[in-house]
Amino acid sequence: MSAILELNNLKKYYATQKAVDDISFSIEQGSIFGLLGPNGAGKTTLLRMITGIFYPDSGEIKLDGRTFDPLNDIINIGYMPEERGLYKKMKIGEQAMYLAQLKGLSRADAMHKIKFWFKKLEMESWWNKKVEDLSKGMSQKLQFVTTILHEPKLIILDEPFSGLDPLNANLIKEEIFALAKNGSTVIFSTHRMEQVEEICDHIVLVNLGKKILDGTVHGIKQQFKENKFSIRLSDVSGNLSSPAFNVVKVNDQELILQINPGYKSNDILNHFLQTPCTIESFNEILPSLNEIFISQVEGTHATARAFQKLDN
Amino acid sequence: MNKILIIIQREYLSRVMNKRFLLTTILTPLIMVGVIAGAALLSTSGKENHKIAVIDENGFFKGNLRDAGDIKFEFPANVDTSNYVSKGYTDIILIPKFEGTNKTTYIIRSKKRIGLMLQSKIEDRINDAIEDQMLQDAGINRAQLDSIKASSQFAEMKSLEEAGDTVKESSAALSYGIGFGSGMLIYITMFIYGAMVMRGVMEEKTNRIAEVMISSAKPFQLMMGKIIGIGAVGLTQFFVWILLIFGFIAASRFFIPQDVLQQVAELQKTNAQMGPGASMAQASETAQNIYKFQNTMGTANWPLIIGCFIFYFLGGYLFYASLFAAVGSVVNEDPQDAQSLMLPITMPIIFSFIIMSRAVEDPSTSLATWASIIPFSSPMVMMARIAYGVPGTVPYWQLIASMATLIGSFLLTTWLSGKVYRTGILMYGKKVGWKEIGKWAFRKN
Repeated sequence: MSAILELNNLKKYYATQKAVDDISFSIEQGSIFGLLGPNGAGKTTLLRMITGIFYPDSGEIKLDGRTFDPLNDIINIGYMPEERGLYKKMKIGEQAMYLAQLKGLSRADAMHKIKFWFKKLEMESWWNKKVEDLSKGMSQKLQFVTTILHEPKLIILDEPFSGLDPLNANLIKEEIFALAKNGSTVIFSTHRMEQVEEICDHIVLVNLGKKILDGTVHGIKQQFKENKFSIRLSDVSGNLSSPAFNVVKVNDQELILQINPGYKSNDILNHFLQTPCTIESFNEILPSLNEIFISQVEGTHATARAFQKLDN
Repeated sequence: MNKILIIIQREYLSRVMNKRFLLTTILTPLIMVGVIAGAALLSTSGKENHKIAVIDENGFFKGNLRDAGDIKFEFPANVDTSNYVSKGYTDIILIPKFEGTNKTTYIIRSKKRIGLMLQSKIEDRINDAIEDQMLQDAGINRAQLDSIKASSQFAEMKSLEEAGDTVKESSAALSYGIGFGSGMLIYITMFIYGAMVMRGVMEEKTNRIAEVMISSAKPFQLMMGKIIGIGAVGLTQFFVWILLIFGFIAASRFFIPQDVLQQVAELQKTNAQMGPGASMAQASETAQNIYKFQNTMGTANWPLIIGCFIFYFLGGYLFYASLFAAVGSVVNEDPQDAQSLMLPITMPIIFSFIIMSRAVEDPSTSLATWASIIPFSSPMVMMARIAYGVPGTVPYWQLIASMATLIGSFLLTTWLSGKVYRTGILMYGKKVGWKEIGKWAFRKN
C-alpha cells in the first residue's frame, strides 16, 4: 500500500516556542493513524499544517504523492478540530448543507448525502431543529457527519469522542472502521490511550514538538516490553527459584515473572512443567499504551513548556 | 459555486430571513414618522388657553393690545390681584403709569408659573401695541398701518446658482437637510453594521466555529463573505426604506383634493413657460405650498446624491467594517475587551460626525474640504458637502480624490485586517494588545 500522507522535516516555530520541530512520518492509505501527545505537544499545530490552515516554516507535506496544495486539496480532507462549534441559530439541515457546499459539493449532491447520513445515524428528525437545542453529544454527531460528508480521502478527527455517551461513541467508532475499510485514511488525535489501542493501526507520539515514537501499536508494545510474564498455577508453594527468571510479585495463585537476559519464555514453562503443580495460564505482559505514554512523557516538563523561553 | 458567494449568501439570508430584520426595517421609519407626527400633534394641541386680565392705569392698551391665538386680553373693571382667579382669569398683568418711552417693568401674576414662550409672546404683543401707538402718533393713520402690517412679509429669498452658462435654482435649506440626513444615516449605519460584523466574528470565535470553517474556506474569504453579506443587508434595508418613502408620497396624493392637484399642475405649466421666479398665479395656498415643495425638491441633483450616497455608504462601511472584523477576531470571551479595542475605531467615526455637522453649515471651509478627502471622515463629510452641489461647492477633483482615496484605503484596511483576522480568529485564551495586533498586521506573508 502507498502512503497517502507524507511529512518531511516539518517545522513551525512561534515566537515563544518550537511548536513543531522537525517532524517526519508517513501514513498508509486505509489505515487508522493515531497522533498522540500531551497537551501542548504540537499536535494541533501539526494538524493545522496538514489541513492547510497554517503554512509550515519549512519542510514538505505530500498528499497522495504530490506536494500538498491547500487550495485544491481541501476537498480531499475532512477535519474535525478539537475546538469545534456550530452556528447556534442555524437549523441543523441548513448547517450541514452550508458546510457541504463550502467543501465544494453541489446542492443536490449535498442533499443526497446529508439525507443518507442523517438516516444512518438516526438524525432525520433533527433537520429543522436549531443547533442551540442540541445536546453536546448530538452536536458532536452532527460535527462528525459534516466532516465526512464529502467523502474525503483523509479524515482528521481531533478528540472525536469527547462528549459522546458510550452508545454513540460506539456508533461513531463503527463508522470510522467502515470508512477505513472503504479506503479512507483516518488520523485520530487524542490522549485517551484505551481508544487508541482499540482503534489505531499505527501511532506517532509527539512531545515538545518532536516525534518520540513511531510504529504500529503491536510493534511499539514489543519495543517497550519488559519481558514480563504472568503464570497461573494450581499451587504456588513449590520451587520458585530458577536462573531463567525472577519472581516480581505473587498474587494468590498468579506469579509475575521477569525473564533474565539470555532466556526465553519456553524456559519458564520448562521450569514449571518439571514441578508437580498444574499450569493454568501463561501470558506475556505487554505494557499498555498508557504506561508507555506516561513513561515517555513524564519528566520532560511538557506541561510547563508554554512558559519557557525559546533559546535559539 | 464560489466559496465566498456561499458565505455571503449565508450571512445575508440568516439576517434577512429573520422576523427581527423585517420588524426593524419596516417599523423604524414608521416609528420615526410616528414620533415626528406625535411631536407636531403635541405642540399644536397641548396648548393652554390664557385669559389675561390687564389692569392698565394709563388706559392706553385698551383696543390696542391684540389677542394672540390662545392668549386673550381683557380689560375688566373691579379685578385685582386678589380676585382675578375667582373671576375666571388665568393671569393678571399690572401696568404701572408710564411716561414717554422709557423701559418699564410690567408685572404678570398667575397661579401657575408662566412658560418662556408665553412670556415672550405677551411681551411681543405689548411692544407691538406701543409701536403701533407711536407710529400713529407720528402721523400714520390706522388704515395705513393695518395695510402695512398685513403685508409685512415682503421678502422671500430664492437663490440661483450659476453652473457654467446656465442658472438654476438652489435651496440652502434642502441642501442642509440632505447633507445632514445622509451624513447622519451613514454615521448610524456605520455603527450598526460595523458592530454587526464584529459580533458575527466574535460569535464564530467564541463558539469555536472558526476552525471548522477555516478548514473549508480561507480566513480572508470568511471575513469578506461576512462583510459583504452584512453590507448587502444594509443596502436591502435602504432599498426597502426608499420604497416606503415613495409609497408614502404616492399614497399622500390620494389625500390631496383633486382641484388642488390641478392648480399645482397649472403652476408647473406656467412656471415652465416663464422660467423660474415667475409669480404665483391665483392658486390656493395649499397648492402653492405643494408646488413650492416640489420645486424645491427638484433643485437637488438626486441621481448624483443617491449615487454618491451608495458609494460613500459602501466605501465607508468597507473601510470600517474590516477594522471591526479585525477587532472581533482578537477579542476573547470577555466582551469588555471588545469595548476597549473598539475605541480607536469609534473615535474617528464620532469625530467625523462632529466635523460633518459643521460642514453642512459651511461646506467650503478648509477643515470640511480636507475631512471630505481623508478616508476616516470622507464618507460623512463628503455627503454633507455634495448636497450643496457638484461642481459648485465640491469641485470634481475633490470628489475624485476623495473617492479614489476611499477605495485605496478600504483595500488597505481590508488587507491589514485580513492578516490580523487570520491570526486572531484561531487564538484562544490570550489577551492581545495593540502592539501585538500591529505586529500581525504588518508581518510579511
